[in-house]
Parts: sequence; C-alpha cells; structure tokens
Amino acid sequence: MAIIKIKRPKLTLADKLYLPAVIKGLFITFKHAIRAIRGKTHGAEQFNSSGLGVTMQYPETKWDDQLPDYYRGVPALVTDEQERERCVSCQLCEFICPPKAITIIPGEIESDDPWAKVEKRPKEFEIDMTRCIYCGMCEEVCPEQAIYLRDDYAMTGLSRAEMVNDKKRLYEIGGVRTGLVNKWNEIK
Amino acid sequence: MSDTETTQLPKDIAAEKGLVNVQIDGHWIQVPRGTRMIEACKIAEKEVPHYCYHPKLSSPGNCRMCLVQMGMPPRPAPDQAPVYDEDGYQEIGWMPRPVIACANTVGENMGIRTQGELVEKCREGVMEFLLINHPLDCPICDQAGECRLQEFSVEHGKGESRFKEDKIKKPKNVKIGPRIRLDDERCIMCSRCIRFMDEVADEPVLGFTERGTHTTVGVFPGRELTNNYGLNTVDLCPVGALTSNDFRFQMRTWFLKETDSIDTNCGTGANTTIWTRGNKIFRVTPRQNDDVNSCWMPDSHRLNYVCPTDDDRLTAPLIKVDGVHEETCWENAIEAAADALKQFTPSEIAIIASGRQTNEELFMMRTLAAELGIESLAIVAREEASDDMLISADRNPNTTGAQLTLQDKDVAATLATFREGVYQGEIKALFVASENLLEEAGFTKEDLNALELLIALHTSANATAHASDIVLPGASSAEKFGSMVNVAGRLQKLNAACLPPADARSDWEIIRDLVLALSGDSAEQAPQSIEALFQIIATSIPEFEGKSLATLSNLGETITDTGVTIPLVERENQRKAHGEIVG
Repeated sequence: MAIIKIKRPKLTLADKLYLPAVIKGLFITFKHAIRAIRGKTHGAEQFNSSGLGVTMQYPETKWDDQLPDYYRGVPALVTDEQERERCVSCQLCEFICPPKAITIIPGEIESDDPWAKVEKRPKEFEIDMTRCIYCGMCEEVCPEQAIYLRDDYAMTGLSRAEMVNDKKRLYEIGGVRTGLVNKWNEIK
Repeated sequence: MSDTETTQLPKDIAAEKGLVNVQIDGHWIQVPRGTRMIEACKIAEKEVPHYCYHPKLSSPGNCRMCLVQMGMPPRPAPDQAPVYDEDGYQEIGWMPRPVIACANTVGENMGIRTQGELVEKCREGVMEFLLINHPLDCPICDQAGECRLQEFSVEHGKGESRFKEDKIKKPKNVKIGPRIRLDDERCIMCSRCIRFMDEVADEPVLGFTERGTHTTVGVFPGRELTNNYGLNTVDLCPVGALTSNDFRFQMRTWFLKETDSIDTNCGTGANTTIWTRGNKIFRVTPRQNDDVNSCWMPDSHRLNYVCPTDDDRLTAPLIKVDGVHEETCWENAIEAAADALKQFTPSEIAIIASGRQTNEELFMMRTLAAELGIESLAIVAREEASDDMLISADRNPNTTGAQLTLQDKDVAATLATFREGVYQGEIKALFVASENLLEEAGFTKEDLNALELLIALHTSANATAHASDIVLPGASSAEKFGSMVNVAGRLQKLNAACLPPADARSDWEIIRDLVLALSGDSAEQAPQSIEALFQIIATSIPEFEGKSLATLSNLGETITDTGVTIPLVERENQRKAHGEIVG
C-alpha cells in the first residue's frame, strides 16, 4: 500500500488564539436555547415533553410508545393462545448466551397434564439481568418461539438476587403471544 | 508391460501378506483379506454413514444407509488375458447399482466410491424415507447432539419434507423396563438393540412387530427389559428411541465434559467415560476396550457412582470433642491423628486398607504401616458370584494391585486377626481407609465403641465415620488420579472428572501428610505429585518397572499374568474367530 503523507493544516492567527472558536460555539448554543424557549425545536411535539425541545423529562415522560418492533429489552418467556408454556427446556439459549446469564433446570411434564405429550418443560428458568447484554441471541436460537426480548428496559433491584428473573417472573413479563407456529398440535 | 515376468504385480505382493488391494475414492490401499468394505473405508479414513452396522454385532444390513458404489475388474473372455495398467492394476468396471458396505467383504482389485452422484443420491433417498415418520422432537430429545440421524440429515437430508400424507402414529414414552423408556416414533428400525439383547445379553426380549411402515420395536408380551446389561441398548441406539430413565431430561449432551476413567465396582475395571458438567456427574457410559469390556458395561455399575454433590459426602476434617464431631482444618486434623497414634505401641495399632484404593494409596498405606512399625495390614475381601459376563467374582476393583503394592499374596488374611484383636481388647487403635467397618469387614458397633482411637478416611458420612474420633474426608474414584490393576493383571488409569467437595482431598495426599507428621520429616522428602509417587512404586515393585502414569494409555497395559479371563470378552473373541462379528 502506498504511503499517503498528510499535510498539517496551516493555522491562522485567529485559529491559534482559540478564543474565536469558543465564542462561535457559545453563539450556536444560545441559538438553540432561544429556539427551545420559543418551542420551535425539531421534534418537540413528537416527544410530547415539557416543551423545552429535545430534552425528554424522564421518567415523567417515557418513550415506550415510540419503541420500534425490533426493540431489544428484557428477555422473557411467552405462553401461546392455548395457554401452553412454549419453552421445552432444550437449553439452546443457555448454550448460546454469550455472558452465560441463563440457567435452566429441565423437568418432565407429569402424565396427567393436558400437554403431557410435549414431555419436557423447564423446572426452573433463570435469567440473571446483571449479566444479560440484551444481544437477542436467545430469541434467535429458540426452536420453539418461546423466548422474546420485550419492551421493558428499566430493570432495577436493590440486590443481585432481585436482578435474577425466575420462571414465574419471566412468564409475567412475557405474557401471551399469539400467531406462533404450533407444531405440538394434534396433526403433526 | 514388457517386464511382467520379472516384476511382481501388486496383487501378488499383497497376497503374500494375506492382503488385498482396494481402491477407495481413487487411492489404492492394502487391507486384510475378508475385511468388510465399511471397515476398509474406515482404514482409508473415508466416512460411510451407517445406523444398523456395529462391529460387535451381526450385520443384517437393514438400514441401507451405508450404500456405496462398487466395482471389480471385468471378467476376461475365455481366450483373453487380464490387462494391467502401468501400476499393475486392472481397470475397474463400475457397477451401475450401489451395494451396502457393512455386509460385503473386499476383493482383490476392488474399487469403492464413497462419494459421487450415485452415492449422494442413495443417501438422500434413504434419509428421506427414514425421516418420513420421524417426529420433530429434537428440542426435547435426549439424543440431540449425539444423534446419528441428526448428523446425517444435516449432511444428506432435505430441508423440507415432501411427505404430504398423514404421518404414522406410534406409541411414545413407553416404559419397557425399570431403567429404560422407548419412543417408537423416533425409532429407525436399525435393530441394534434387538441384536444386542439376543447376541450379547442372551435375553432376547426385544423384537419387531407389524410390517412395512407400521413396524414397531417392542418387548415380548408379558416381559420387561430388566436385564442388567439393558442400558447398553441406550448407548447403541443411534437415535433417541431408547433413553435411560437415569439421564432422561437431566442435561443436554453438549454441555457435558467427557473424562476417560474406569469402573471401580468390581475387579473387571470396565473402561468408562464420565460425563460431567461443573462439578456434577450426569452419567457414566462404557468406553471401548476390547481386552476388558468390549463396548459394554453392567447397569448396576454404571448407575453406582459417588458424585461430589451427594448429600452424604464428608466435606471437612472432623475431630470428636466430648462425643460431638467438630469441623477443623487439615493441619489440626493431621496433627491430632499423628499425636493420637503416637500414644500407642505398634502391637496396639491396626491398619485396614481397602481393595477399593488405588495402587498409589495402598503404597502410601504401606509406608504408613512401616512408619508406625506395624508388620501387616489387611484389606476387606469382597467375593460374590460372577455373572459370567463382565461382573467379576471379586468385587474389589484393585485386589491384584493390593497384592502387588503390599507385596502380600493373601492381603485379606489378617483381617480376622484384627477383628479378634479388637474383640479381645489387644488392638486399641484402628486406622481405616475407604471401608465402612460395619459392612463387609464384619465389625460390630460394640467393637468400634470399645476402641480407644478410631481414625477413618472415607468419602461419605457412614456409620464408621460417626463412630470415629478423627474423620478425614477423601476423594471418590471419579475425583482422583491414580491406577488400579484389574483381575486379569491389567494396569489401568483413573482420571479425575471433577473436584472433591469443599475441603475433601485426594487420599494419597492425606496419608502422605500423616506419614510426614509421624516421622517429623520435611515436606520435600515426600512425593509432591501423583506421578512422583508412581515413580517410587515403579522403582520398588518389579511389575511396575518402567511404567509411568503420564504415559500410560487410557486403555491400560498388562503388567502381570493372573490367569483370570473375562467371560464376555472370551465369548466375543470366539464369535470374532468364527466370523460372526467384525470385532
């Protein structure tokens, strides 16, 4: 590869003094401040905020209804319209998870359960949200369409234990998801 | 060729050695006469996918997965001489139809193609038929990750099924025995399990019923698969049709780490693979060793293992203070044990070793006895009836090793003397390793209570540990390195699959530290690693001479001739000699 020599720009006296650039910057800031006070900032009504422009007054105002469909928030388990828990504890998400946030203890479905023929479901399913990096690989790898990254993003807790979502909590966050492929229905 | 008379043809060179020339995917190799085509391909490192073929079983050739293209030199006309090319081979006339590689033997100047359009098309066709009724169970199937059907459908299968008709329904989750579950929908009718139960286990309870696409594997009516070798069918099953109740839905195979070790439930010392994740053992499976256990293992042995996560494991050294065990550190425990032992004269102390200990531990036990000035130590004999298969009459895994390392032909003889000595009150202090004295050793609770000092080195909190003044927590056979000698005189290696729980340590280190505490020598004078200890054994015991634990193969090595044979292996060698199996 050819070596390209870059010439240093020749600085004028004004550039060298540095002060004119600072004043120029302040001028731009003032311009935006005045526009914000007059309520003329771009996107002001879109954010539906205090009217002070692009600054959103979180948490009084939230951007939840602005989230795109592909938003990657807290991963959670879903049930389908037949109220079947979709996870069969194949542990592929546990395997793929880059920060090893997922821990699954598999279990067998009791023979008196209406979905006994599925045979397997998680006995325990834990996602450690202090580890989760919201990469979405668990959702991508799931062969049963059972785990999805939902809209929640504000996970808080006062201890590490509180930041671990157990199976019950994961189904609460995940809720019901309809229109999924259902290969466990009677016709195989 | 002008010099045909003077130069030998490749076929003649091979014939002198009992070999034949075979061309596999364009390369000529020499293989023994009578080799199966599939084995010849294995020698040439060409993979031929197969399901029903297993070298230890007969070859019915019913899965059709191993189809390859085969060719032989065309038969010359009556007055025509065979034509050889410049390398001395005849031209191969390829057959238009494929043959199965598992049940056909090689011939001179044969050609085999394991690749190519014809072979690929055959495999695709066979895979499509096998997958017609196969359920989409992979996410819940225990076999996923080690399933031949899964592997070959990636290589040779279609992404989509062309089968539009209703699939055949078959029984799922059938309990066919106390340890095994059968899923008939996953079965691909390879018949390996049926042949194993018939030919090896000699209890033919499995068989096919129905015909064609309705064919189903099942147990004979009114019977169950209770045979003690039944779980081998689970290992044999190329798909997830047979699953073990013990391992069912416990863990996916891709999380498990494999460690080569040996079975310590009897003197045969079947070679095993221990499957662990973290510090937990999930299953133990047999590992092929044609001189010890072939590919098999008894169920009772594979399900009997000590795991670091077991509830009854000893996790810290204990000293009894006013009748209550208190946890202490290793320095205190060893020091207390040494001080306590010093209070007695050699005739008042007895040491009971175990045939379940490794050679290294037994050698350290001998060193301990010498340090205390005791002349002999005893092991507990475990003789039960052999099952005439793989379970030896000697249920101690290392009796031969004990005889060698303790330099004593009858290592169990002094145990009765010890028992009598304890009963009479002549023996006041007892050091016992890896044995529960209230079981096979024949001691009573009163005997143990009458002792002034009892030191136990064991893995679990058993009755002996409860009665002991000092308890030293050791490592189980899956947690330690070491060697054992089986009934046939074969030196075999144990590899540690997991770590001992909490403060528990390798037994040989504990005994070494106790010897050091008794002698007052500095730590440098004792072996620092298991290999260093093995080298001391190698220099002092002739049978171990020149051996090293590090270089010892995981298949072991015969070091002494005991004249004992393993019945199942003997039978298998006979079947191999009769040409019934490849072996």
